Order: sequence, then structure tokens, then C-alpha cells
Amino acid sequence: MKSLLKMTWMETKLFLREPVGAFFTLVFPLMMLFLFGSIFGNEPTPMFGGQGTIDISIPTYTAMIIGTTGLMSTTITMATYRENGILRRLRTTPVSPLAVLAAQVVVVFAMTGLGMLLLVTAGKLVYHVRFEGNAFSVLAGFVLGSLSFFGIGFILAGTMPTARTAQIVGLVLLYPMLFLSGAGFPRELLPAAVQKFSAFLPMTYVVNLLRGLWVGEAWGKHLLDVGVLSGMLILGIIISVKTFRWE
Amino acid sequence: MDTIVQVEGLRKTYGATVAVEEVSFEVREGEIFGMVGPNGAGKTTTIECLEGLRKPDRGMIRILGMDPQRDGHTLRERTGMQLQQSNLPERMRVWEALNLYASFYPKAADWNELLSQLGLEEKRNAPFSKLSGGQKQRLFIALALLPDPQLVFLDELTTGLDPQARHAIWDLVRDVRAKGKTVLLTTHYMEEAERLCDRVAILDHGRIVALDTPAALIRGLGVEERVVFNVDGTLPAGFEKALSSAVRLEVQGERVVVHGKNGRKVPLVSDVVGQLTKLGIQFLDLRTEQPTLEDVFLSLTGREMRE
Repeated sequence: MKSLLKMTWMETKLFLREPVGAFFTLVFPLMMLFLFGSIFGNEPTPMFGGQGTIDISIPTYTAMIIGTTGLMSTTITMATYRENGILRRLRTTPVSPLAVLAAQVVVVFAMTGLGMLLLVTAGKLVYHVRFEGNAFSVLAGFVLGSLSFFGIGFILAGTMPTARTAQIVGLVLLYPMLFLSGAGFPRELLPAAVQKFSAFLPMTYVVNLLRGLWVGEAWGKHLLDVGVLSGMLILGIIISVKTFRWE
Repeated sequence: MDTIVQVEGLRKTYGATVAVEEVSFEVREGEIFGMVGPNGAGKTTTIECLEGLRKPDRGMIRILGMDPQRDGHTLRERTGMQLQQSNLPERMRVWEALNLYASFYPKAADWNELLSQLGLEEKRNAPFSKLSGGQKQRLFIALALLPDPQLVFLDELTTGLDPQARHAIWDLVRDVRAKGKTVLLTTHYMEEAERLCDRVAILDHGRIVALDTPAALIRGLGVEERVVFNVDGTLPAGFEKALSSAVRLEVQGERVVVHGKNGRKVPLVSDVVGQLTKLGIQFLDLRTEQPTLEDVFLSLTGREMRE
């Protein structure tokens, strides 16, 4: 337990020292928020069902952060640790591989949460965002969405031959999702054909779930999202445990 | 004296390649035991089987009386390991690495003490990526010493280091042994094995081809020793016949090399100097060349290039 805490704290420091990862998790979403906030403001719009641009951006940018930490941070860290022999070194100690994975999950999760917290705080203070949902529901949706995406990251880290390939595959999966799932731009702005295609992107389900819960929709309206994300989570755990390699 | 490591009939294959075959040896308490051999001789495979990182196909291994496969967890608490290829995260600082790894062991050594013992005090806050090769190796030795282990495995500790760093690390290894710990190391530097190890196993093609103290290995080979000097003028004909036992003489201008069998009654050098003095021959720059472990190694494993 003591080693798990130490390892978690160490990984937190390492995460924050990695400028690119910290930027895309903590700073970039805020930049997007202020950019689109300054262009569109946060006036209620019929297109968004009476919500403002910033109101709907908080849950969708949260989905964007989840995608970034899941597909980039988790993938790159784990794949690099394996490739560079960092896991090999850990393996010579009594520490369990589960502790290594757990510390990683805790840190990436906490950083994703911090990214969301910054968004919510900035949204509240600067744009007075409307929140009509239940905070616990949103948190639960956030946990489900995050963990299901971390699963993809661990699978990539475990199955790709090198850290470089894992990073590229992660990016190739991430970028279309940012633009086409309604995470980076509101889906309402996308053409109908693209909106249909977005049903094949896992991030779409995170966006749907979080946007719905944010405005206070019932879980019952999002059974498909919950089903897809739970399925991803379970598959993610099974496959990442099976494909975990020390070297 | 206790047996710390016991290996019998170890065999390990990777697909069709036999990496290690019929390897048996023992390491006693307080010993520095070395495994040397060309690349691919099976040194690292052997040490990794002992560390429990690889599962042998056949054979018996006991480390501190335990089986590395069955009692791996306990052994990892009580042995220190330095791996041939491993790293730490680039941005992890020296003190953070020691502090983190110390938390893995139930009875960890004081890492602050290790930090100064290994001369890393001033690198305390340096990130891992900014350390030199020698500093990284010293940090890995410190990590290997953290569990306050009875046995330390060091796999190719000084590969790629400059001579200063290498000598400093040899001193460190001797210090480790002086604290009563047992050291099992691999190297492909013969000089390192000869200077550092109490006993050496020479591996080739996955088998142990010789195992003894460096001095006994050199004696056992019966390699010749040489006396080299320059003469002022020329050496009288038949000089070699005046020596007490058979030698071979090689003369290149004023440079003379006398080759003699090792293990003679009268040391070759006093024999040669005695004759030169007796005959009143002026000589310069006289030195002897003893066979080294490297000669033993080459005569056992051949001189062709390996990869």
C-alpha cells in the first residue's frame, strides 16, 4: 500500500513534468473554451436546445480530455515504460504488476478529472454556465467514460510492437474522433452523413452520455451509451490483462 | 561457508536455439563470482534464470535455499538486481528513484546513506536522463543495494563505461563484498573478471568450459610468459642455451623477446637478467609479460569473431 501511494505520487509528478501531455489535458481544453467563448459567447441557442455554446462545451471538451488521456497519455507512458526497460527494472522488485497498472490508472484518472474541474471552474466563473443535471450522475458518467477509454490505451500499449507505433496508432484513432464525434465541435454543426458515421466512434458515446447527464437527462435515455462504454470497459480490462507484458 | 547459489544441470532454449546447456556451479557466501564469455555464450540467460526472470527448461536452481520460480517474491525482497538493459523514467530524479524503490522493500537500507556512498550526493536532484553512463550505473547499483540484500546480481555492469568510471565501479563492488554480501556478476571484460572476481566461470556456447580462480585458470593453461628487452649491440649466439630451461628467442633488431613456459623452477626474468649480467650485456627497458585471463579466454573460446 505504501508503495502504491508512493508510486502514484511519483507518476503524478512525472505526468506534470511531461509538457505535451499536461498541456493537452489541462491547458488546451481551456484555450478552446476561451476561444469559442469569445467568438460565440454563451447565449442560449435553439440549435443546442436552449443551451449556449459554452454550456454544451463543458461535457464535450471533457470527452476530448478523456480521449487524450486514454489514447495518448496511457498509451505512450505504458508503451515507453515497457520499451525502455522501466517495467523490467520494476519486475526485479517485490512490487506487483497490478500496483504498476493501478498507479497509472489512478494518476491518469485524477489528471483527467483535474482537466474537467478546470473547465467547469472557468465555465462557471467566466461564462456562468448552466448546470441542470445531478453532480453525482455526471461524475458516474465521467468515471465510466474515462475507464473505458483507458482500457483502449492499455490495449494499444500491450499489443503494439513499439512505443512509437503505439503513439501513432493512438493519434490516428484520436484525431478523427475529436472532430467527428462531437467532442471538439458540437455535433449539430456536422453534416448528417458525418453524424451517421459518428455512431462507429467510441467517443461519440462518451459525448452523448455526458451531454445528456449534464442537462439532467435520465440514465434510461442513455442505455445504449452505457452499454457500449461498459462493454468497452470489460473488454479493455480482459484484453489489457491478457496482453500486459513486462518487456 | 554457506552456499548462496546452487545451480545444477541448467538448460534453457529459445525455440530451436539452445542458450544454456548443462550449467552447474555453486557460489559461496562472501564471494565475488564472475561469469565471462563471448556475446551469446549464455551469461545473461543464466543470470536471468537465477533472478527468476526466466523459467529454465530443466535443472535445479537454489538461491539462498529457495527456488526462484516458486519463491520469487521472497527472493526479490532479499536479493538485489542490476539488469543489463533497464531504465528509469527520464524525468525521475535520483532521490525520487531511491525513495520510490525503497518503499518496495520491507526492510530497505537507508537510501540517503547509499546516495553518498555511491557518490551521487550532488546528483540528488538530477533527472535520470541527465546522468552520465557511469552515474546511471551507480544509481542502478544503489537500487540493487536498497533491499540490503545477501546476494547482488550485476549483469554487465561496466559495459560502455570509460576507464575511470569502470575502476570506480570495481571499488564499489569490492565495498559491497566487504560488507559481507555475495556478488554474482557477468562481464565480457577479462581484465574486470581477473581483477574483481574470486572465482570465474568461462561460458561458451551455453556451457561452462572452465571454472576456477583467475590465477588457477592462468596457471592451468600453461601459457608462456615473456621477457622483453632492448640490447645495446647484439646478443651473443647461443644465449638461450645458457638459460636454465628451454626458451624460444625472437630477435628484431635490438629488441629481444624471450618466450618461456609458465611454472618454471627459476622465474624466467631472474634467469634472463642473471645471464645478461654475467655476460656483461647492456640492456634497456626490460619488462615481463604475464599471461592474463584474456589469454586463457581466447585459448578456450577461439579467436574468430562472434556476433
